[in-house]
Amino acid sequence: MAQVFHRSSNWLARFSIIAVIGVTGLLFSILLNINRIDYVSEVGVAIDQPVPFSHKHHVEAIGIDCRYCHTSVEESAFAGIPPVETCMTCHSLIWTEAPNLEPIRTAWRDEKPLQWNRVHDLPDFVYFRHNIHIAKGIGCTSCHGAINEMPLVWVENALNMEWCLDCHRNPEKHIRPRERVFDVHWTPPADQEAQGLQLVEEYDVRVSQLTDCSVCHL
Amino acid sequence: MPEATERRPYDQPTEELGPGQTSYTSITDKITSVVLTPHTPIQWFIVVAIGLCFVGLLQIAIAYLLYEGVGIWGLNVPVGWGFAIINFVWWIGIGHAGTLISAVLLLFRQKWRTSINRSAEAMTIFAVLCAGMFPVLHTGRPWLALYWLFPYPNSMAIWPQFRSPLIWDVFAVGTYLTVSLLFWGVGLIPDFATYRDKARNLLTKRIFGFLSLGWRGSAIHWERYEMASLILAGLSTPLVLSVHSVVSFDFAVSIIPGWHTTIFPPYFVAGAIYAGFAMVLTLMLPLRALYGLHDFITDRHLDNMGKVMLVAGMIVGYGYFMEQFMAWYSASIYENFLMDNRMFGPYGGSYWALLTCNIFVPQLLWSKRVRTSPYLIFMVSMFINVGMWLERFIIVVGSMHRDYMPSSWDMYSGTIWDWALYLGTMGFFLLAFFLFVRAWPLIAIHEIRTLLPTGKKH
Repeated sequence: MAQVFHRSSNWLARFSIIAVIGVTGLLFSILLNINRIDYVSEVGVAIDQPVPFSHKHHVEAIGIDCRYCHTSVEESAFAGIPPVETCMTCHSLIWTEAPNLEPIRTAWRDEKPLQWNRVHDLPDFVYFRHNIHIAKGIGCTSCHGAINEMPLVWVENALNMEWCLDCHRNPEKHIRPRERVFDVHWTPPADQEAQGLQLVEEYDVRVSQLTDCSVCHL
Repeated sequence: MPEATERRPYDQPTEELGPGQTSYTSITDKITSVVLTPHTPIQWFIVVAIGLCFVGLLQIAIAYLLYEGVGIWGLNVPVGWGFAIINFVWWIGIGHAGTLISAVLLLFRQKWRTSINRSAEAMTIFAVLCAGMFPVLHTGRPWLALYWLFPYPNSMAIWPQFRSPLIWDVFAVGTYLTVSLLFWGVGLIPDFATYRDKARNLLTKRIFGFLSLGWRGSAIHWERYEMASLILAGLSTPLVLSVHSVVSFDFAVSIIPGWHTTIFPPYFVAGAIYAGFAMVLTLMLPLRALYGLHDFITDRHLDNMGKVMLVAGMIVGYGYFMEQFMAWYSASIYENFLMDNRMFGPYGGSYWALLTCNIFVPQLLWSKRVRTSPYLIFMVSMFINVGMWLERFIIVVGSMHRDYMPSSWDMYSGTIWDWALYLGTMGFFLLAFFLFVRAWPLIAIHEIRTLLPTGKKH
């Protein structure tokens, strides 16, 4: 009687054992890491805006303070996107004919707000508050990166939960003196850990509660 | 084999095999003829058609659940757990008989198990699959269930709560399914090889040849096979006790009156074996009639399974009694109220129905005539199937519908979708089991051959 299978099936059978393990392992590691890939979370991709507003120019070259435009960052959850009136405090006097700024002038004339494109979009079940972070000595650049170097703003950190928790578990690694919060040139000192622990103590940051679910997911 | 082990009490039926099976060939021909034939009994089609109807119902129930959400179930404060956990526990419990029969009875060298272990293991696997549907579906978004249930190094830098029995459940049931599948699969290999060799057409040969993984029946194959079976039996044995203990922790670890009891693990395990044997009989008796397997599943088997049910039932009865006793002995007003409410409250009727199904009716099993009569023991099994469901209903709903605060008291009942899903899983179970019977060896041929007088000499 003829054989049910050809000789080569022996090789196939053995290979399939390795293949199953390999393919499963590969799928598993893809699923694990897909969220962490910058390409997927669009880290470093500058977002187009109706007006090519440059933080690099306004912050680094001119030296405007963050709070000049983001007025509610110290009091509210939302940092605040400036109305065109804020732009017009200067741009009614300088660059009044610049074609780039036409959308601003149109919005001003028609009294219709300009629609900026959102860059940092957290899921709706995360209740992030800017004010508490500012009040406890977390600086703008700690999360947003070197905003003073960005012509158009991009996401510097992927906003994965592990990234949030990295700081919520060890805030001493990122905390800075309150008076330096808006300083875009601040860099951690050599003894950041020691200084950080001191600031955590001084600002009454209760680290044990920082990882409670309800801190971010009300 | 020593003489002493062959001797039995005079009143016990001794036959593990009926008089019709006298040789290796007759056994092999009888069992392979169920599968390797173009002829299918009309009753098989009827059962499969019924199964398919209910699988259709299952699909509708799941589709509407996914569309509308878990709000279609009857859950509401204070009864936050309902049919999903009742049915989960019911199905998981049913699975236990398969493991007990295949693993524990193997280690205890109970030869009579060989006729029923294969189909009981199949029953275990299908029951665990049915059970698994409920926790996955109750999440409302099953495609996210794995992500919620399993601990894996995720980009959220968090883990499930390892102190919660619900995550222990994931491990317990996952281990149970894996080990049961392996045990079942390893046992099937030599029989698949028999089917490969008996099959006439090439496609059937190829399919069974693939499934038998190159089994040639050489001495080294058998030696490894026996070792693997023994290891898997050793792995499965603790699972008989551990899986339902962990399931009982879902309740026992909480502080709800009626749940917070140390009797729960042993009482749940006994209940699982009780329910499982009842389900084995519920499936086996019609199957025996359908395929004329009276030589394999003899009165001796019915007798033995009846005895196991009687013992398990009495342990369960002891559990019920202890719940009452501890409620009284604790002198806690909440525990006392609960027991009073359980017996005479709004769900009191189901408690007395439970006692009837699980304690009173099974007392008939003391009679050997009942144990060996297919009709009577089938009837008793049906009572137990219902009783074990009622037990979980009493535990889940009975404890929650009267909260600590009378202002939140409310009644609970399953909606039409709860019932559709439950009946649907039954259809799935029936369908899967009958497909298995038609396509795969439903009795372990190589094991049952050893029951022949010729086999015993070796």
